[in-house]
Amino acid sequence: MLDFSNVTNWIDTTLHRYLSDGWALATEFVLIALMLLIAYAILALVLIYMERKVCAFFQCRIGPNRVGKWGLLQSVADMVKILLKELVHINRADHFLFRVASFVVIIGSICTFGALPFAKGLQAIDFNVGVFYLLAVSSVGVVGILLAGWSSNSKYTMIGAMRSGAQLISYEISAGLSVLAVVILAGTMQVSEIVALQTDRWFIFQGHIPACIAFLTYLIAGHAETNRGPFDLPEAESELTAGYHTEYSGIQFGFFYLAEYMNMFIIAAIGSTLFLGGWMPLHIPGWESFNHVMDLVPSFIWFFGKTFFCIFLALWVRWSFPRLRIDQLLSLEWKVLMPICLVNLVLMSLVVIF
Amino acid sequence: MGTMKNKLATLGYGQIEEGKNGLTFTVPAEKSYETAHWLRFDEGFDYLFDLVGMDYGDRLGVIYYLSRSKDPATMLVLKTDTPDREKPELDSVHALWESANLYEREVYDFFGIIFLNHPDMRRIFLRADWKGHPLRKDYDTDPILNPVPQRNEFLSEMERVPSFTLQMGQEVEESHKLFGHDEYVVNFGPQHPAMHGVLHLRVSLDGEIIRKVDPNFGYIHRGIEKMCEGYTYPQILHLADRLDYLSGTINRHAVCLCCEQALGIQAPPRAQYVRTILDELTRIASHLLGWGCMCMDMGSITAFVYGMRDREKIMDIFEETAGGRLMVNYSVIGGLAQDIHPDFQRKVKEFIPYMRRMLREHHLLFTGNPIARGRMEGIGYLPEQEAISLGATGPSGRASGWHNDIRKIAPYAAYDKVDFEEVLRPGGLTFDRYIIRLDEIEESLRIIEQLIDSMPEGPYAEKTKAIIKLPEGEYLQRVENARGQFGVHITSRGGKTPFRVKFRSPSLVLVGALKAIAPKTKVADLIMLGASLDYVIPCIDR
Amino acid sequence: MEIKDIRIRNMKYEEFRDNEYLESYVDELRKNGVNIFVGKINDFINWGRSNSVWPLTFATSCCGIEFMCVGAARTDFARFGWEVTRNSPRQADVIFVCGTIVHKMAPVLKRLYDQMAEPKYVMAIGSCAIGGGPFKNSYHVVKGVNEIIPVDVYVPGCPPRPDAMLYGMMQLSRKIKVQDFFRLPEGTWPENECESLNNQPDGDNEK
Repeated sequence: MLDFSNVTNWIDTTLHRYLSDGWALATEFVLIALMLLIAYAILALVLIYMERKVCAFFQCRIGPNRVGKWGLLQSVADMVKILLKELVHINRADHFLFRVASFVVIIGSICTFGALPFAKGLQAIDFNVGVFYLLAVSSVGVVGILLAGWSSNSKYTMIGAMRSGAQLISYEISAGLSVLAVVILAGTMQVSEIVALQTDRWFIFQGHIPACIAFLTYLIAGHAETNRGPFDLPEAESELTAGYHTEYSGIQFGFFYLAEYMNMFIIAAIGSTLFLGGWMPLHIPGWESFNHVMDLVPSFIWFFGKTFFCIFLALWVRWSFPRLRIDQLLSLEWKVLMPICLVNLVLMSLVVIF
Repeated sequence: MGTMKNKLATLGYGQIEEGKNGLTFTVPAEKSYETAHWLRFDEGFDYLFDLVGMDYGDRLGVIYYLSRSKDPATMLVLKTDTPDREKPELDSVHALWESANLYEREVYDFFGIIFLNHPDMRRIFLRADWKGHPLRKDYDTDPILNPVPQRNEFLSEMERVPSFTLQMGQEVEESHKLFGHDEYVVNFGPQHPAMHGVLHLRVSLDGEIIRKVDPNFGYIHRGIEKMCEGYTYPQILHLADRLDYLSGTINRHAVCLCCEQALGIQAPPRAQYVRTILDELTRIASHLLGWGCMCMDMGSITAFVYGMRDREKIMDIFEETAGGRLMVNYSVIGGLAQDIHPDFQRKVKEFIPYMRRMLREHHLLFTGNPIARGRMEGIGYLPEQEAISLGATGPSGRASGWHNDIRKIAPYAAYDKVDFEEVLRPGGLTFDRYIIRLDEIEESLRIIEQLIDSMPEGPYAEKTKAIIKLPEGEYLQRVENARGQFGVHITSRGGKTPFRVKFRSPSLVLVGALKAIAPKTKVADLIMLGASLDYVIPCIDR
Repeated sequence: MEIKDIRIRNMKYEEFRDNEYLESYVDELRKNGVNIFVGKINDFINWGRSNSVWPLTFATSCCGIEFMCVGAARTDFARFGWEVTRNSPRQADVIFVCGTIVHKMAPVLKRLYDQMAEPKYVMAIGSCAIGGGPFKNSYHVVKGVNEIIPVDVYVPGCPPRPDAMLYGMMQLSRKIKVQDFFRLPEGTWPENECESLNNQPDGDNEK
């Protein structure tokens, strides 16, 4: 199996041979950051294209097919356009916060993105509290959304931001509790170890019913955290025109747009790492030849395959369900999901003990 | 009718005439409120079909078309007028029929008749700074008086609500502000994705909860009624199409029927059958779009695309036979513009099973969806009495259990030859208004199914004169369009152009209903309720 | 391959009916010659812009229904990348003026146009938007939106068929393709006028 740690180690030793330790480290930082940013942008463009195609598929349409082969360059054209669009100066807005908000949102999502294990040996940073870090940083985005809504000096954005605040903070609880179930099962918070523990069987199979429940609640809560699908209240287009980013134009809006898609990716990636084994191939104990065949498939294909499967689920839900109302949304969390998650934690502990 | 006539005669004032539309009772202005009150509470005329403002040249007046919910076929026409052109005043009847609230504002806007004791005497369609009252015969059309405005109306002006009362024989003007300083007022519209056009709702919010809704109209007021006065009757047909474009065929049918009624002719049976089939196809198309828009307003865009997909099949049928997709331009006075396309019957017969299959899919996709059910159930209760008082006809009224289908009450065209049911639901909730549209599609398919095979041969149009002149008199024709009772009132003085044309828009009162049921619901519900009532703004504004 | 080409992938050159006027415009642009580097960048930018035109959801009457049809399954404008309809004018590139514009709506439309970010385009859909259409004689109808805002493409019809709208869209993307990114036509955006617009007291911001 292709191990990316060979590549990274080789780069590391080469740099250390020619540069002093400090400079080598600095060069590595820059390289990693550059790689991550490029991967982030490319993935976002792919996701936007994918969403438009999947959406068209559900709606008996064709979707983009004229720009480039099969419309593949459609989102590139969008990016060129949006980069060069005017940034509108809003009268009587809080300009500093207005400008900062879009960066906060995108920084939150890039930081989370950076800590994901993309393939064997391809992880920028591997904390011993990795899961905690992922959860913490991914919720920074809500600050940006609140700032955006408040600083725009518009009533729609204000309502959108308030909804978003209520929604994200509530669903953070369920997402956290579902992830906690996996942490109990794994006994560690380090992402690389969690993946390594799933060599034989993925956690969703190891953890019996509690793991399945945790996976489901995680998908629902995570989906709500991305502000999409039936949970897109903060930007409910038929109610609040465009919600919290109504007043944004040009690349500032582009940041929100990218962050929305990348959050979807991040949620799916965390889900597949924690429950579906991350980059670990599908292994069935006892079936040695089958496991060997599975090992031949490169690890990053496993990771992206699982992630895109989760994303497809999210898109499926998004394009077939109507939107919830704010009170239904909150009662779903506080009255249904959170109790289920708490009970599930107890069940999971029982499973681990016995 | 005889007993009603006797009762009116015992009142001792007013003139009684018997016409095609029922009794006409003309009373002096000072007796009008008293008579209306008596009719409303003692005689049970609980439904104000329409209120028509009139400028007779020397006098200004109004015509009330009244009906009973228990006996909907009877119509009573109450007329009153005032000779004062400088400061015309009449008593408001908004306390008797809630729908009069908007109707009277419209008459004030067009004719300048002030309704005493009316709580909200703002102009309804035109801006407050508009000079003159356009439907008066002495209106100055000089565009210099009313140029294209350069800036939006000031909100403070839009909020100032004047009302007029009579104290010690003197007219007193009072005004108050609609919203207090501490209210969080949000504008929905005129450009808003869920306002189905350019309705402007000013909504006072308490968090997410709605406290007050103030609809503002006129952003697509095209002055159709005034234009009709300068156009010949066949020309009016094209304007009627564009009133409520989603049931354009049905509106056009109404104007044709009204003219035919006045001329004393009847379209040949073949034309009547084809018109009925086209009307029902239009109704299906309109309900599909209404269904799709409601789903989209609740966040399910896929459902909207599905609705539009099925609608295209109907558009194909229209296009083949008439040449137009949305504006079919097919009925003319006396019959049809040309005969149907040879493939018409085959296409329609293919469409019926297709639509039935798709309806099952729509139910599967949306009706059974737990989120959709959770959103729609228990929200937006419109009681039957209120629906009648508001004049909320059509599917919205029938969802409250009010029997108001003109196709049953006063059958026109081929509706008396078919067997169909008027779908009634007792609930009055959003879900009833939603499901009733899908059920009506089924009924429409049944009607088409019965007519399409038994279409009689023969001419497709009656010969009419090159220049159509209606004999002097007043004519009213009611039809059932996709949104409710659509009425055409034509006053003719014998010329080739009408003296006054009034279209009764079923959508205007539906916005009144929205105003009544929206408070205490949430923002998301407001959008959904608006979609469930399914109004079309250009029909309101005319 | 030439710099400033009006040929687009979405529709064959021969199928357009009015190639001459754009050709003459392109010839004029090419006459003075252009730096190959600048020209290529220009073409790349215009390629992006002409292939990603996001419409504003705006409709006042009948033509709006046909606009919905363009977006629906039969004539899917997503094929050309136009399906990202934005509800906020800040994020839209083109406004389809679908339907009659009346006196009361005129300032609203003007404000919507002002709220859109550059580059922005206007398509007048249907006879009403072009010149008042059947309501030309009315006291309350604006006789053509070009009295209020500048129009790029006119699509006649009452209402125009979805195919006609697609044709109009293709015309617009051709026009975008021959824009010059590095040179704004003189007088399009006078600074001082922009300032004075911002400083005007505004009805809606009163509260």
